[in-house]
Amino acid sequence: MNPIVASNRIALRALRVNRMRSALTMLGIIIGVAAVIAMVGVGAGATERIQQQIQSIGSNLLIVLPGSLSTNGVRLGSGAVATLTQDDARAISSECSSVAVAAPTVRGGVQVVYGSSNWATTAQGVTPDYVTIRDYSMSLGDFFTTQDVDSAAKSAVLGETVAKNLFGETDPTGQVVIIKNVPFTVTGVLTPKGQSPTGQDQDDVILLPISTATQKVLGVNKANAKAVGAIMVQARSPNEIGVAMDEIQGLLRERHRILPGTDDDFTIRNLKEVFEAQETSAQVMSILLGAIASVSLVVGGIGIMNIMLVSVTERTREIGLRQAVGAKTRDILLQFLVEAVTLSIVGGIVGIVIGLTTSALISYFAQWSTKVSLLSIGMAFMFSALVGVFFGYYPARKAAFLNPIEALRYE
Amino acid sequence: MGTLIEIKNLTKDYKLGQLTVHVLKGVSFTIERGEFLSIMGPSGSGKSTLMNILGCLDTPTSGSYTLEGIRIANLGRDQLAEIRNKKIGFVFQQFNLLPRTSAAENVELPLMYTDLPARERHERAKRALLAVGLAERGEHQPSQLSGGQQQRVAIARSLVNNPSILLADEPTGALDSKTGVEIMSIFQELNRKRGITVILVTHDPDIALYSSRSLHLKDGKLQLDEKQKEPRDAALDLQRMPREQEQEEMVQP
Repeated sequence: MNPIVASNRIALRALRVNRMRSALTMLGIIIGVAAVIAMVGVGAGATERIQQQIQSIGSNLLIVLPGSLSTNGVRLGSGAVATLTQDDARAISSECSSVAVAAPTVRGGVQVVYGSSNWATTAQGVTPDYVTIRDYSMSLGDFFTTQDVDSAAKSAVLGETVAKNLFGETDPTGQVVIIKNVPFTVTGVLTPKGQSPTGQDQDDVILLPISTATQKVLGVNKANAKAVGAIMVQARSPNEIGVAMDEIQGLLRERHRILPGTDDDFTIRNLKEVFEAQETSAQVMSILLGAIASVSLVVGGIGIMNIMLVSVTERTREIGLRQAVGAKTRDILLQFLVEAVTLSIVGGIVGIVIGLTTSALISYFAQWSTKVSLLSIGMAFMFSALVGVFFGYYPARKAAFLNPIEALRYE
Repeated sequence: MGTLIEIKNLTKDYKLGQLTVHVLKGVSFTIERGEFLSIMGPSGSGKSTLMNILGCLDTPTSGSYTLEGIRIANLGRDQLAEIRNKKIGFVFQQFNLLPRTSAAENVELPLMYTDLPARERHERAKRALLAVGLAERGEHQPSQLSGGQQQRVAIARSLVNNPSILLADEPTGALDSKTGVEIMSIFQELNRKRGITVILVTHDPDIALYSSRSLHLKDGKLQLDEKQKEPRDAALDLQRMPREQEQEEMVQP
């Protein structure tokens, strides 16, 4: 008979005969593997959530803000001076080759009234391009059109939060809301986006045509009727974000006639970078959790080694007998190695099941999103098998090289 | 018949720290195929050491040991294991059966280390059990068997690989005298009917009477090599014994 098959049979017999001990030995590996699976699941879930949030701000997004960190040596915050205009946005859109769309926006706090209810929210004056940039979609109705922007139409698109608070379950499309005594017709409702990476409710917003917003709602900037609060820019691809930043900077410096050696009167921000830092920290967290959980797997392995050593000592006579009737070094080595690896593999499989259950329970009760990947299951399984080989080898070797005469005489 | 075992000037030394103990001090003899031999001697005479070397569990310090033409002295661990597996059957004083393992599986054990297919292994184990009169007890575990039955299972195990020699180390030491004679009758039957060479290690002169030749060891040397023209017949002794037992039962109601 194939010696490996024979060793398997012999080893499985020994494990069956000592059921309780086998189960307790496996417990270490079970806990270890379950901990690794659950912890890595929690970590991966957190990472994935941050990735989704980054997706929700829109892809390849840059924000150009008016003002700079410093003007003539006086350091002001960005946005302190209204230096950007709708024409700047149009120029960026048409002249920068790496830019897909550039959308000017203005924003301000408003009180929205519908019938007897009212709601304080942020009004944003935007163009239809904004929808593309932020990856918005409509859950009800339509977004307003470029014609609406040109004609300063009194149309409004509601965020989910605003729609809920003003209309409850009724369909808001076609209804009229009043902002600063101006009636606006609701053309649609945005599909909810949830929280931004910084924790803001992205659905607590009302979108108006930028022309109407500046003229009727947010108040005209006397110095520059076309001033905007920010320009949102979408680069053509993630690789072109850097090029886009350079192009925009060059274009705006030229348009704003900024002399070489003088500071910009605007700031360009790459939002993604900020949030990617968060993502990295979540990944580090996930690795850390996994590493800590791995320690328990190693402890489980030491448990296996301990029990295997006890088992070898206890079965010294059996080993001597097997050697006397013809078991070779390899046969005994395999027998005990297979025992150890079986313990760790069965423990690993049970651990995977428990780990999956645990992470499901965590996401159910703690409302944390968890994500157990096939990779982490595979890794945990491989690792537990390796633990069996690593910690089983020493006891198995010890058994295989026993002196048969002494082993037979052992009491 | 032919020579089975040839031993020449065999010595064995053990090192105990600084001290070297000479356990065997030049032993020579030959064993023919089909002999029933007993090795006798007081404890410390070197008979266990000789038995270990004959059983290929140990190698001599010097001298030669030839088993069926194979020189054993210089073989490695695994080569010795192979020879034990193919040519030698062991019977121990303490039976050495695996606990919680059926008699049939115990008998099969030596075959687990051969290339035989499972069906052939089971078949051979069954035949070996039949040979020792335990065909019905294959599924019993050692704890469910009497001492004599356990030793018979052990003998079946030693037979299962059709060895050239049966090496029995005090096989009756843990049994009462009647069961001891039973075991001896099995050895005699195997020796006579199958021509298996039996080597018996014992310190009990009564048991040695069943063998046809006795080697007496003392202080690591061969003291006496005597042939018995008429060894006792264990089967005959057994026929007489039950009557004695019946008498005992009559005395003690």
